[in-house]
Amino acid sequence: MTSSPSTSGTSSSLPPARNAADQARADTLTRLGLAAEAPGTPPLMEINDLKVDFQLPDGAVPAVKGVSFTLNKGETLALVGESGSGKSVTSTAILRLLPELAEIKGAIRLRGEDLLSASTRRMRELRGNRIATVFQEPMTSLNPLHRIGRQIIEVLALHRDLKGRAARHKALELLEQVGIPEPARRIDSYPHELSGGQRQRVMIAIALACEPDLLIADEPTTALDVTVQAQILRLLKSLQQRYGMAILFITHDLSIVRHFADRVCVMRHGELLETGATHDVFESPQHAYTRMLIDAEPAGEKAPVAADAPVLLSARDVRVSFTIKRPLFGPKVAFEAVRGIDLEVRRGQTIGIVGESGSGKSTLGRALLRLLKSQGQISFDGVDIMPLDKSGMRPLRSRMQVVFQDPFGSLSPRLTVGEIISEGLRVHHPELNRAQRDARVCDALSEVSLDPGMRNRYPHEFSGGQRQRIAIARALVLKPEFLLLDEPTSALDRSVQVTVIDLLRDLQARHGLTYLFISHDLAVVRALSDHLIVMKEGEVVESGSTHAIFEAPRERYTRELMQAAFAPDLGQTHH
Amino acid sequence: MSQTTPAPHGTGGASAFDGQPPAAPAGDSLTRDAWRRLKQNRAAMCSLVVMAVIVLACLIGPWLTPFELDEVDWNAIGTGPDLASGHVFGTDVNGRDLLTRTLHGGQISLSVALVATFVSLVIGVLYGAVSGYFGGRTDNLMMRFVDIMYSLPFMFLVILLMVVFGRNIFLIYAAIGAVEWLDMSRIVRGQVLALKKREFVEAAHALGVRDLQVVTRHLIPNALGPVIVYVTLTVPKVILLESFLSFLGLGVQEPLTSWGVLISEGKDMMETAPWMLLVPSAFLAATLFCLNFLGDGLRDALDPKTR
Amino acid sequence: MLSYTLKRLLQAIPTLLIVITLSFFLMRVAPGGPFDGERRLPPEIEQNLRAAYHLDEPLPMQYLRYLGDLVQGDLGPSFKYKDFDVSELISQGFPASLELGMWAILAALLIGVPLGVIAAIRRNSTADYVVMSTALAGIAVPNFVIAPLLALVFGVLLGWLPAGGWNGGAWQNLLLPVVALSIQQIAYIARMMRASMIEVLGSHYIRTARAKGLSEWKVILRHALRPAMLPVVSYLGPAIAGIITGSVVIEQIFGIPGIGRYFVQGALNRDYTLVMGTVVFYGALILLLNLIVDLLYSMLDPQIRYDD
Repeated sequence: MTSSPSTSGTSSSLPPARNAADQARADTLTRLGLAAEAPGTPPLMEINDLKVDFQLPDGAVPAVKGVSFTLNKGETLALVGESGSGKSVTSTAILRLLPELAEIKGAIRLRGEDLLSASTRRMRELRGNRIATVFQEPMTSLNPLHRIGRQIIEVLALHRDLKGRAARHKALELLEQVGIPEPARRIDSYPHELSGGQRQRVMIAIALACEPDLLIADEPTTALDVTVQAQILRLLKSLQQRYGMAILFITHDLSIVRHFADRVCVMRHGELLETGATHDVFESPQHAYTRMLIDAEPAGEKAPVAADAPVLLSARDVRVSFTIKRPLFGPKVAFEAVRGIDLEVRRGQTIGIVGESGSGKSTLGRALLRLLKSQGQISFDGVDIMPLDKSGMRPLRSRMQVVFQDPFGSLSPRLTVGEIISEGLRVHHPELNRAQRDARVCDALSEVSLDPGMRNRYPHEFSGGQRQRIAIARALVLKPEFLLLDEPTSALDRSVQVTVIDLLRDLQARHGLTYLFISHDLAVVRALSDHLIVMKEGEVVESGSTHAIFEAPRERYTRELMQAAFAPDLGQTHH
Repeated sequence: MSQTTPAPHGTGGASAFDGQPPAAPAGDSLTRDAWRRLKQNRAAMCSLVVMAVIVLACLIGPWLTPFELDEVDWNAIGTGPDLASGHVFGTDVNGRDLLTRTLHGGQISLSVALVATFVSLVIGVLYGAVSGYFGGRTDNLMMRFVDIMYSLPFMFLVILLMVVFGRNIFLIYAAIGAVEWLDMSRIVRGQVLALKKREFVEAAHALGVRDLQVVTRHLIPNALGPVIVYVTLTVPKVILLESFLSFLGLGVQEPLTSWGVLISEGKDMMETAPWMLLVPSAFLAATLFCLNFLGDGLRDALDPKTR
Repeated sequence: MLSYTLKRLLQAIPTLLIVITLSFFLMRVAPGGPFDGERRLPPEIEQNLRAAYHLDEPLPMQYLRYLGDLVQGDLGPSFKYKDFDVSELISQGFPASLELGMWAILAALLIGVPLGVIAAIRRNSTADYVVMSTALAGIAVPNFVIAPLLALVFGVLLGWLPAGGWNGGAWQNLLLPVVALSIQQIAYIARMMRASMIEVLGSHYIRTARAKGLSEWKVILRHALRPAMLPVVSYLGPAIAGIITGSVVIEQIFGIPGIGRYFVQGALNRDYTLVMGTVVFYGALILLLNLIVDLLYSMLDPQIRYDD
C-alpha cells in the first residue's frame, strides 16, 4: 500500500466545483488509502531510466533504452512516436504485461510505490483498478464469447466486490456515460453485434469502472474513422474532467495530440528525445526529429489543370453491388456498395476521393479499372471499356495502373523485386529480352529512388515505405498515363508518408501523370489533389475543386469530416 | 505548377542502364528462410535422417539380406532374433526371415503411401483450386458435395470396396486416395480464397497478367507451404489406413506383405513369438513418428508464428 | 435453432440414401453370395433359399424392397445368424459398443483437453515437450498395435486385467479396450488444444482480461478455455467417426460383443442384410452425432446462430 499521507485535508486540494460523484469517489479513495495528494507531493507516476530488452534466440534486442518521465494527477501526457519507437512497450511495461522474454530494468513508481518490484498479486490489484487501459484494436479486444455487460461487471466484481443487481446497475450507468445508445438493451449484446466505435466505448467503460488514477490509452482511435475518432477523444476528455484521472496517451499522430495533451514526450528508437508542454513543443521544438514530425503534415496544394484539358477517364452512373451470402441457407442479400457515380478525370489532374470506411471509395476505384464487375459507362481515352473482355482490356492495362494501400500485401512474397517489377513487361513487351527487361527494372527502381542493386531481394527484406516505392515502380515501368492510388500512404508512418507524397508529386510533374487518389486522410488529399470528391455510403456527397471545398464546404458531412480531421473540438480545454 | 505536356517516360525507351545493369546480390527467399529454420529444428532433422534410412533400407535392404521373401528356413521356424543364423529379427512360424519380410512390407506400405497421397494431392489440389478460384455458385456446389462426402461413414465404404473387389493393391491406392482428398481440397480452397483477395493478385490482374499465369506465378507458389505440410501429414495417415485394412485381412495378398499384414500375423502369435508383433510395429511406429515430427517441423518452419 | 435442426435432419435423408444405395450395390456386385459356404448346397435348396430371401428378384426390385422395409424399421433377417433379425443383432450388440465408445470419447476429452492446456501454458517447457512427444507417439502407434500389446502386457504377462471378454461391461474388462480406443484421439485433441490455446492466449481480449487484473488461472478458465475449445468441438465429429471405426478392430481383438465385429464378418460372409444394417445404423449415428456437435458449437460460440 502507498504511504502517501491521506489526511482529512485532502478535500481542500480538489477543485471547488465538486459534484456528488466526485464526493463519492473521494470517499472511496480515502477508504482505500489512495486519496489524492496535496499539492507538492510526488507525481502520480514516475518512470526512471526504464530499459526494456527482448531476449530473443539470436541475442537481446533493446526496445526501450533508458526513458524517464513523470505524470501528474489529472494530467494528459502524450507519448508520441512512429512505429518501433518503443512507446507501446513503455506503456505495457507499466502494467507489467510484457511477454516473459522482455527484461525490464529501471523504476516505475505509482504514488511512490515501485511497480517493478511489486508482487504479482499487488500488480493484479492495481490493474484495471488504479491503472486501466484502452487498447488500439477495438474489434478484437473484447472477448467475443461474453456479453458486454458481463465483461464490465467482471472488473466491478473483482475490484469493488460488486455483484448481482448492484453491479448490473453500475454497468448500465457506465454504458450510459460512455454514450452507448439504449444501454439497457445493449448490455446483453455480444461484441460482434456492436460497431467498432461502440466497442471502443465499451472498452472505455471497462477501464473507467473502478475510476482509475491512470488511464493508459494506447492508440485508442487509430483503427476508427475520423468522425468516430473525434467522438471518442471528446468522450475521453469529458470523462477525464469528471473523474480527474491522468491519461497516458500513446499515439503516432501528432495532430491529435495538439488538441488533447497537456504535455508531450517524443520517442524514437526507444529513446526519449524531447519532453515539454504541448504548446511549447509545437511552437519551438528542440529536436530536429520533433520538428520533422510536426512538419510531416503534408503541405502544399496542386494547381487545377486547364478547363479544356482532354478527358482521360470518364464514368457515368457506375454501380457496384455485392451479394452477401448469409451464413447457412439464409437468403442472399444484395448490397449496393457504389450507387451511381459520375466522374470525369482530365489529363494531368489529380482527383481525390475521400470517405470513411464503407463509403465505397475503394470499390469505385477498382470498378473504374474494371477489376470488379460493375454497371454503367466507363470510357478511357475515348474508348468505351465496358464491353471489353479480359483480352480486350489487356492492351489498355499498361496505360492505367494501380498502387494499393497495404505495402505488405501488395507484393507477391515469393518473387524477387525484379521479378515483381518486370511482370508487367513480360505481358506488354514480350519483345524485350532478359537484359533489356533488367535495364528497365533498374530504371524504374532509380526513378522511385531505390538502389537498383537490390532488385534480386525479396519484399520481406524491405521496410513499409520501400515496399510502397516498389509497388509504384511496378506501375511506372509500364509508363502508364493514369494511376489509381488506393490509400497508398495510409499504412505508413507520417515521416515516410511525406517522402512518398513528394515522390508521387515529382513523378506526376515529370511524366504528366493523371492520378485518382483515394484516401480517408484529408490532409494528404488536400496536399495532393486539385479536385475533390467526398463519398459516403456509395454516393457522392460533394465534389468540386479541392481549394473551394476546403475553403467553404457546402455539405454538413464534409464539414464534420474536416472538423474531425483538423480541429477536433474536444470541449473546453482541461485544467 | 501548371500542366506540363505529357512527356514520355525516360528518354525514349533508351535506358540509363543499357548494357550493364548494376550487380545485384541475391536476397533471402522465404523458402531459404524456411529451410534454415527447419535445419535448426533438431527433432525434424533427426526424423528426416531416420526416415531416409528406413526408406533406403526398404528399397535396397531386401537384396542385401541373405534370405528371400518367401524362403523357408527349415532350421529356424518361429525362432527369435539370432545373429548366428542370420535371422537378426527372427523368423515367423513358417520359417521365413522377419527382417526381409518387414523390409518388403515396408516397400508396399511406403508405395501405397506415396501413390495414395499423390492421388489425394492431385484430386484435392485441383478440386480445391477450382472451387476457390471460381468461387460463388461453383464453390458453393463443390463444397456442398465435399460436406456430403464428409458425412459418409467412409471407412465402412472402403472396407466394403475391398471386400467386393478383392485385395488388389491398385484398388488400395485408389480407395485411400479417394478418401484422403477431402481434407486436401478444403485446405487448398481456403488458401486460394485467402490469396485471391490479397492485393498482389489484384495487382497482377491490373497488370493484365493472364489467368493461368496468375495461378502458376502467384497462387500456387504461395499456397504450396500449407500443402507440403499437409502432404507430410497425409503420408502417415495413409500408411495407417493401409495397415488398418491389412490388419482386418483386407490388404495385400500373399506372397506380398505389408506392415499391417505382419502386425496382424504377429498379434496372433504374440504370446509365443512376440518379435513377430514388435518388429513390424516398431518400423511402422518409427515411420509414423518421423513423418509427424517432420510435418510439425515443416509447419513451424514455414509459419514461425505458430511455435 | 429448432428449424435449423429440422432442416439438418431432412438433409440427412438424402445423404443416408446415398450411403444405402452405394453399399447395397457394392455388396451385390461382389462375387460370391451368402450361401457359398464350405460345402455346396444342392441347387434346389439354394434356389429355395434365394427365393425365401427374395434374392431371385431383379436387383432394382430387391433395392426397392429393401428401402420399403427400411422405412418400416425392418432391416431384414441375417443370412448367417439364421434365427436372428438384423435389428435384433444390432440392438443386442449396441449397448456394449455404446458403452465402449462413450468411455473412449469421454476419456479423449477429459484427458486430451487438460494435457493440451498444460502444454500451452507451460509452452516450450519440459512438461510441454513430454506431453507433445507422448502425444505424437500416441498418434504414431495405431490402436491395433496398442490393443494387442496392452492385452499382452496387462492381460497375459502381468495378469492384472482380463486380456479379453466383456463380462457385462465390468470396469476391469472395459479399461484396456477404452485405453486402446481413445489413446489416438487423446493425442489428437491434446495437440489441437495446445495449438488453439496458444493462439487464444496471444489474442487481444486475453490481454484485456489480464489488464483487468484477473489472476492467470481466471484468465485461462474464464476467457481462454471456451474459445480454445471451439476447434476441439468441431473435431468431435471426425473423432467420433474415428472411434466408431476403431471399435471394429478393438471389439475383435478384445472379443467384445458389440456391433463392430458384425460388420467385417458380415462383409466377408456376404451377409448382405447384416452389412447393410450396420452401415445404415452407423451412418445414421454419425450424421446424428455430427448434428449434435454442430448444435453444441453454436451454443459455445454466440457468433454462430442458426436462426434465420
